[in-house]
Order: sequence, then C-alpha cells, then structure tokens
Amino acid sequence: MIELGLAPLSRALANGEFSSVELTQAYLHQIAQENSDLNAYVTVCEELALSQARAADEARSQGNAGPLTGIPIAHKDLFCTQGIRTACGSKMLDNFIAPYNATVVENFIKAGSVTLGKTNMDEFAMGSSNETSFYGPVKNPWDRSLVPGGSSGGSAAAVAARLCAGATATDTGGSIRQPASFTGITGLKPTYGRVSRWGMVAFASSLDQAGTMTQSAEDAAMMLNVMAGLDLKDSTSSDTAAEDYTKDLDKPLAGLKIGIPTQHFSEGLNADVEKCIREAIAEFEKLGATVREVSLDNSHLSVSAYYVIAPAEASANLSRYDGVRYGYRCKDPVNLEDMYKRTRSEGFGTEVKRRIMVGTYALSAGYYDAYYIKAQKIRRLIKNDFQKAFEEVDVIMGPTSPHTAFAIGSKNDDPVTMYLEDIYTIAVNLAGLPGMSIPAGLVNGLPVGLQIVGKDFAEAQLLNVAHKFQQATDWHEKSPVN
Amino acid sequence: MEWETVIGLEVHVQLATASKLFSGTSTEFGAQPNTQANIYDLAMPGTLPVLNAEALRMAVKFGLAIDAEIGKTSVFDRKNYFYPDLPKGYQTSQLDFPTVGKGQLVIDMEDGSQRTIGVTRAHMEEDAGKSLHEDFHGKTGIDLNRAGTPLLEIVSEPDLRNAREAVAYLKKLHSIILYLGISDGDMSQGSMRCDANVSVRPKGTTELGNRTEIKNINSFRFVEKAINIEVQRQIDIIEDGGKIVQETRLYDADKNETRSMRSKEVANDYRYFPEPDLLPIVIDDAYIESVRTTLPELPDIKKQRFQDEYALSEYDAMILSSDLSTADYFEEVAKACGDAKLSANWVMGDLQASLNKDEISISESPISSDALAGLIKRIKDNTISSKIAKTVFEAMLAGEGDADSIIESKGLKQVTDAGAIEKMVDEVIANNPAQVQQFKEGKEQVIGFFVGQIMKASQGKANPAQVNQLLKEKLSS
Amino acid sequence: MSIELGDVENIAHLARLDLTEKEKEEAASSMSNILNLIDQMQSVNTDDVAPLAHAFDTAQRLREDKVTETDQRDELQKIAPEAEDGLFLVPKVIE
Repeated sequence: MIELGLAPLSRALANGEFSSVELTQAYLHQIAQENSDLNAYVTVCEELALSQARAADEARSQGNAGPLTGIPIAHKDLFCTQGIRTACGSKMLDNFIAPYNATVVENFIKAGSVTLGKTNMDEFAMGSSNETSFYGPVKNPWDRSLVPGGSSGGSAAAVAARLCAGATATDTGGSIRQPASFTGITGLKPTYGRVSRWGMVAFASSLDQAGTMTQSAEDAAMMLNVMAGLDLKDSTSSDTAAEDYTKDLDKPLAGLKIGIPTQHFSEGLNADVEKCIREAIAEFEKLGATVREVSLDNSHLSVSAYYVIAPAEASANLSRYDGVRYGYRCKDPVNLEDMYKRTRSEGFGTEVKRRIMVGTYALSAGYYDAYYIKAQKIRRLIKNDFQKAFEEVDVIMGPTSPHTAFAIGSKNDDPVTMYLEDIYTIAVNLAGLPGMSIPAGLVNGLPVGLQIVGKDFAEAQLLNVAHKFQQATDWHEKSPVN
Repeated sequence: MEWETVIGLEVHVQLATASKLFSGTSTEFGAQPNTQANIYDLAMPGTLPVLNAEALRMAVKFGLAIDAEIGKTSVFDRKNYFYPDLPKGYQTSQLDFPTVGKGQLVIDMEDGSQRTIGVTRAHMEEDAGKSLHEDFHGKTGIDLNRAGTPLLEIVSEPDLRNAREAVAYLKKLHSIILYLGISDGDMSQGSMRCDANVSVRPKGTTELGNRTEIKNINSFRFVEKAINIEVQRQIDIIEDGGKIVQETRLYDADKNETRSMRSKEVANDYRYFPEPDLLPIVIDDAYIESVRTTLPELPDIKKQRFQDEYALSEYDAMILSSDLSTADYFEEVAKACGDAKLSANWVMGDLQASLNKDEISISESPISSDALAGLIKRIKDNTISSKIAKTVFEAMLAGEGDADSIIESKGLKQVTDAGAIEKMVDEVIANNPAQVQQFKEGKEQVIGFFVGQIMKASQGKANPAQVNQLLKEKLSS
Repeated sequence: MSIELGDVENIAHLARLDLTEKEKEEAASSMSNILNLIDQMQSVNTDDVAPLAHAFDTAQRLREDKVTETDQRDELQKIAPEAEDGLFLVPKVIE
C-alpha cells in the first residue's frame, strides 16, 4: 500500500481498504528497513504515529474523517513540533525539544494526519545537496551514491523512497524544487505568505516559504488545502483567501499560455535535461497550450542578489543561538564572550558560519549600500521582469536544475559552485512567486524536473497545469522502489 | 575662555500598554523573574512578531502632542548586537523611517522664560531584559520579563545649553507624557530613562566639540548633577590641553562622577537593516485624525487658560499646569470654592509642602479637592482666619474630619461679635497701663503687643481686622 | 573584491564566531569567491530603482493590545542550558 500516493491512500482509507494503523505500521516497517542507509529521517515518532493513527481510525469510525485523516506524513525538521526534537540539521539545536507547534504542524494535527517523524535537511536549510546536515548526508533513493538535493533532501528522499505519503518542506532559494527534481517527485513552493511561517525555524525571513513534497500534483493540492491560509501570528502571512486547491485540477489546458525564458535554456544546461524539458513542453502543446519565449533580463543576477539578501537576514536570524536560553552551550565558558564565540563556533557547521559571515559583512558599516541596498534593487528588477512576462503568459516553464542529481562530495570544494545549483529557482523566491517542480523525464535513469512558475497566489492554476500533465504522462509514477 | 555647553537628550519612555510590543505577554512591573517572557520574548526558533496597535497609537499621539511630522510609512529595523538580556541578538527598532519625525517642545525656565527645543524624532523599539549581577556562583542572572516592553525613544536636537535647560526639557516631556497617559513616567522604576549627549565649545563658535554620552541617569536631580559634572570634566581636560574622547560614560550618583564604560568602547557596528518579519506600518490621515481627537488639553494650552479663566499669574499657571493631577485638583478646588487665587495658594503652598514631606503624589492626597474647597470657603466667609485655617488644615491632614466639623469640634470659629471683641480690648488696655503710656508717647509699634495679647486671650479666634481697628480707636481716644 | 584576514577577524567578532587560523584563511578565500559572485550585481545601473524588501507591497497588521500569554517559565526553562531561581544564568557580565 505504501507505493500509493497521498490521494489514492486517502480514497483507500475512506473506502476502508485498510486502516490508518495498518498503513502507519507499513511505513514504520519500511522506515526501519531503509532509513539507516538513506538517512532521510532524523527522528522517527513511532509511538506518536501509532497513537495518532488509532485516533484517526477512531475518528473515521465516528464519521469524522477529512481527506487527510489518518494519512502518515513527515515534517522537515525545521517545523517546531511540541515535545519532539526540532534540530534543523544543526548541532546547535540537537538538544532542542520544541515547546510549541508550528502552525503548519498544528494544521496537520487538526486534519487528523499522522506524524511519522522529522526529516533530515541541510543545516538551517543552507545547502543544495543535504550534505551540510549535522546528521550526515541523505542518500538519493535512485542512486545511493548521489545527493537528493537540498535543503529539503530528507523530505524528498522520504517521499521518493515511499517512507511517507507526503512531506512538508521549505524553500528559500530552491530547497523544495531542486530536491524534488533530483528525486523524481512533485514539489510545490507556494506564494510567499500563502503558508504561515510561525514555528518554522527561520533562515531568510523574506524568502522562506513552506510547501509540499508529494508524488503528484493532486497529492500536493490536498496537502496545501491543510497548510494554506491566513495566520495572524505571522505578520507576513497573506490575507488573500485560500482556496480549495483540488477544485481546478481537471480544468482543460486549452488556451494556456506558457512562457519559456530564454535565459533558462542557455549555457550550462545539460543537453539531455534540455531535451526532456522541451519534450515536456511539447506535451503541454498537445494538451492545447501555446508556447512563446519570454525574457527574464535580470535572472542572471538572481544568485548574486540572493547571496546578499539571504545571508544578511540569516546573520541576524541566527544571532539568537547564543547558548543562553536553549540549545547548545559550550563547556565551561570562562567569560561571556568565550561562551558566545565557542557556543556558536562549535554549534554551527562550516556552511552556516560562512553565510553568517557573508551576511554580517554585507550589512556592516561601509558596505550596506553597495551590497544590501543594491541587492534589494536587483530584487525589484527581477520582480519587474516576472511581472512583465506575466502580462503575456499564464505560467513560465523551464528546467528546475541544469542537470540531474550529482555525486555526494563532488561539489564541496567551492561554495560558489554549489550556490549556482539554484540558478533557475532563486529568482522565484526573490519575486515571491509560486513555483513547482514536477517529474518530466529520466536521463541515464535519473529524474529530471520541470519547473512551473505562476502568478501571485495562482497555486490552483499551477496544480491544474501539473495535474493535467501527470494525467497525460507517467513520469511521476516512476519510482526508485521496485 | 568662556565655554558653551551643547546638550542633546535621548529619553526612553516605556509605553503603558497592557502587552508587549510584539507579543501578548503582560508588561506589568514587579512579577517574578521570567514569568512574563513567552516563546517570542525568549526568541525561540520560529517565533514571529506582530505589532501592538496600542503602542503605535501612543507613539502617534505623542507625535501629535509635540506638533511633529507623523511617518505615514514607518519601518522597523533590526539593530544587531550581542548581549545576554537581548534574546534575539538584535533589538527591533526604527532607524530611517521612524513613526514620529521632527517636532518641538517648549520648555519653561524657572524665571518664567520659555525656549523652544527641537525634537529630532521619536521611534518605537523594544526594551531589553535585565541582568542581575548579585552572586549566583559568580554568574549573572538574566530576567527577560522586561524584554519586548514597548519603548518610545525621544531624541532631542542639540539645542539645550545648560543642565537647567536639560532638566526643564525633561520635566516638560514628563508632563506631556502623563497628560497623554502613554506612560506612568516613573523614573525610579525605569519607565522613563535619560541618556545625555554632552559637549562643550568656545562661546561664539558653531562647530560641535567631541561629545560624550552619559548613561544611567535616573532622576531629574541626577540629570542636572551629571551634566554639570561632565561639563566641568570636559572643560578641565580641554583647558589642560587635552582632548575629549568620544565615548559612553556612566553616571555614578553615589560618587557624583561620570566614568568611562570600557566594555562599550569597542566601536559598535549595529548593522541595521529592515526587519523582514514585519511589514511597513502604513497609516492614513483618517487614522491620524482619529488619534488627534483623543488628545487632551496640553500643558501650555492649559496654562494659558488658567491665566485667562482664573486670572492666575503666569508663574502660578505654569506650576499648576505642569502636572496633570495637580491641574485637575486645582480646578476642582477652584470650582467648588469659587476663589481661584486662594485655591492656587493652598494647592501650591501648604498642600504641596505636606505632600512633598510625605513623598506622596497629589492623586494620593489625604485631603480631597472637595475637602480643601470646604476649608477655603470658611476663610472666604470669615468663619476662620487664614491663620486658624492652617490649624484646621493640619487637623484635616491628620484625618480628623472635614473643615466644618473640625472648626466646630475645636471651637475655632472666628469671633466677629463687636461686643465680645470690645470687651477683650478694654480688658487688655486696662491691664497694661505701661504699654498704653508708651503708645501715647508715640511708640505706635506697641500696638502689636496689644494684638498679640488679644489673640492669645481669644485663642486666635478674634477677627484681626476688627481688633486692630478697635485698638486704634481706643488707644487714640 | 577580496577579503583580507583582518576583515575576516573583524566580521567573525561581530558575528561572535571563533575561527582557527586555518578557518580564517579558508573563510578569506571562500568569501572572496562569493563576493566576486555578488559583485556581478554592480554591472547593472540601479540608480532609479527603489529597493524591494518584501516581494509584496502590503502593510503591517496590528494586534489588539491584549494579554494572551500565561506564565510558562518552568516549562520553558526545562530546555535552558543553565537556570536557577527562575533566572537564566550566564558567565558574569562585567559592566
């Protein structure tokens, strides 16, 4: 049963084909088999999951079941889970038992979902390969010598390896879409502000957004129905009304206008990946869509601007890890400064420290205008580019990543090489737009992701576009588990 | 050489909201350590701020009261530095776009003169927690109850020229804040705190000298002392050929000296940037006007009205209007007794003296405004003399009842019966022939002796005017 | 733009990080590479462009001034590195 996606599982539970307890046990069994090697989960909540599953079955027998009731899911380990360690891939929070639930987590509890555990991730979501985790790298279920992408590598691997029906994740510069692409699953990053950030350990506040990792667009729509909505605890949460994201799934695509950014099909893109993407876009034409080129003139500056804005915000967001109130504290500090410096140096990993340093530098006296303000101006140019493009087209499509998953350890020499991994995804975060990655082919047996970017709050349309493609093709059904 | 002092004040005022600036935790003073520090106040990962509407309203109200520009779009920034009482590692404050922009404050000097002092800006920010340095095995204890309490930081232009002006500025600010009801202004509890930027320059020059920032000044009296001592220190250094180091100095009230805060000497680089967890605060004219309608009559307006309506002197009007409770009390007394001048004298005189002695505020006065009016009425209708009134006042203070019952029970009613007074006058004249003789020889001041004797005989109750007149008649005859 | 060791030390202090000599050298080199990436921004003239701090042009919501929180001290201090008598303890702060 675990090979099914979230939507079919929901139907099977509703039809009484099996119970949530049986389903949960099947996942726990699979996790026990696979996780020690894949390292997708950092915490497995067996007891909690089974008790939630029993409660879900009970609720169903009382006639109180919703679409997500009894569905076993996993949370990226940066969503605070009350009473459960929330470590964010960091030694700094290795002992941090969150005293409260993130709004996202709370929403899934209310929906009756089952929490299987917390998934591995790059430390504080800083990484594109899941190699910066304090808990070690996650392996790609398609080829265990490869990375699953990052930072939501654990969630991606867990879904791809069928260790959960769906998983929450977050995306600051591509952290949902790129690992979804590398692991052959469907990743959705909603519009900034669509899903509450309350209880999500912050990386870069103006860019972070929670989303979903699932087998299909239909699964994603069902999860988003639980996650989306206004949260008064998050000042940046949008009051644009959330919708039923499943309602438009089957709308025909005739007349859909697709934009192809020239800049996303240029130097650096793997030829085989490009071929897959072009074939996928041709498939949309068969479904009645029209395709035209659009230009995102400043997209080549997105990585540069991002690596000012994200580290700047992160440098302040991570100042709270000081060893005073929670989390790691160094042994026997001799004075206050020693406590701060050793706590932070011992508690943070290399990449996190590097980004704190870059952010601190960009904000420091004398550099603020040249870096931070400049980056915010570039951010506006990038946003304007998208706005202009969306005057002509409904969605923008292209590759999620220039290539397929790479080998563990192959890109760690120069951080810039790793940063350029997110070259096609980062601009979407800077502009706050919704984006998806869906499976669109295989190259040498490895999945290729198609990125679909929509207008502000056009998640329903994105999911419709993705769903129709998935009805016409079977790339999303390809699985490393056989 | 003659020196000119240049002073600018940064005053932090705790806003009297029920909950914190960005969280729903109580701001009440005096709770057990860390019982008023929720997950946001402790900077738990994943927690986020939401702005308190009342703090914004209070900031705007203050801005309107000092005739300031109100920022239609104001922005919170993060001010980054590490300190154990600063849980997030940054203070959420406002830098480039404060809620309150340029305004002004008219200060009243003791000689009755006024000066207009520029206010550069006033911005909202979070207070920090407290570090407790008493011994916990040689460690410092951190209490975060105060962390996140809303502050309004009011920054003056360097327009103040001496310590007395600084005190007058602070007093006027204090007065306005209490009028507006946006803070309890209690300096002893830290609800109002003052840092002073002080520099000196040769008189007649315009360039500013190197300044020092004096921290930790927590009373009006200390502001004056701290500034004076710092000015003297700076002049001494310059006159000895030295240079003033731009630095932060701490005022030590016990030793009456300022000293360098070495720990803050390292140049701070606060790395301000817009707080991404908060959006710009946008307010429109309708909002501003709705706040304006809640403005009370402010001290300067009230002072003018007291002069016009009650014919008070400018000085009396200034003193009475400077404190809202005193002004209200005065008006209640004046209205109830119908004599503004007497009311002003009593409120500023005997009442204020007794309150000062007992160190209580007028709102806690043991004599209500009605009761004081009752006393003044008896002076006006000649039931008692002003002198006896003081005796009655003392008894009222001691809780012996209202004026009428004290006058009655102690038999203090003034004797105005001409026959009774004449009888006493005759007796005193008859009993003191020597003094009568002196009077007749032209030593007229001896009349004081007779008045004294009669007042003694009447236990102070004889009407002094009547006594005087009769004495003169009888002795001259 | 290249970063010198002195810059690294200064930034590390601001960020309260303690780096070994080897880490400092690594930081100087990797930060220089990152700044080269970042400096690509300077190729575009942005004189007439307003900075964008948030992707959306919306205004801050306000919260009613109400006390909604209760005392959770004991629960919250369970995860504190060091607490006593309700206080968080840190090495002595010298003023």
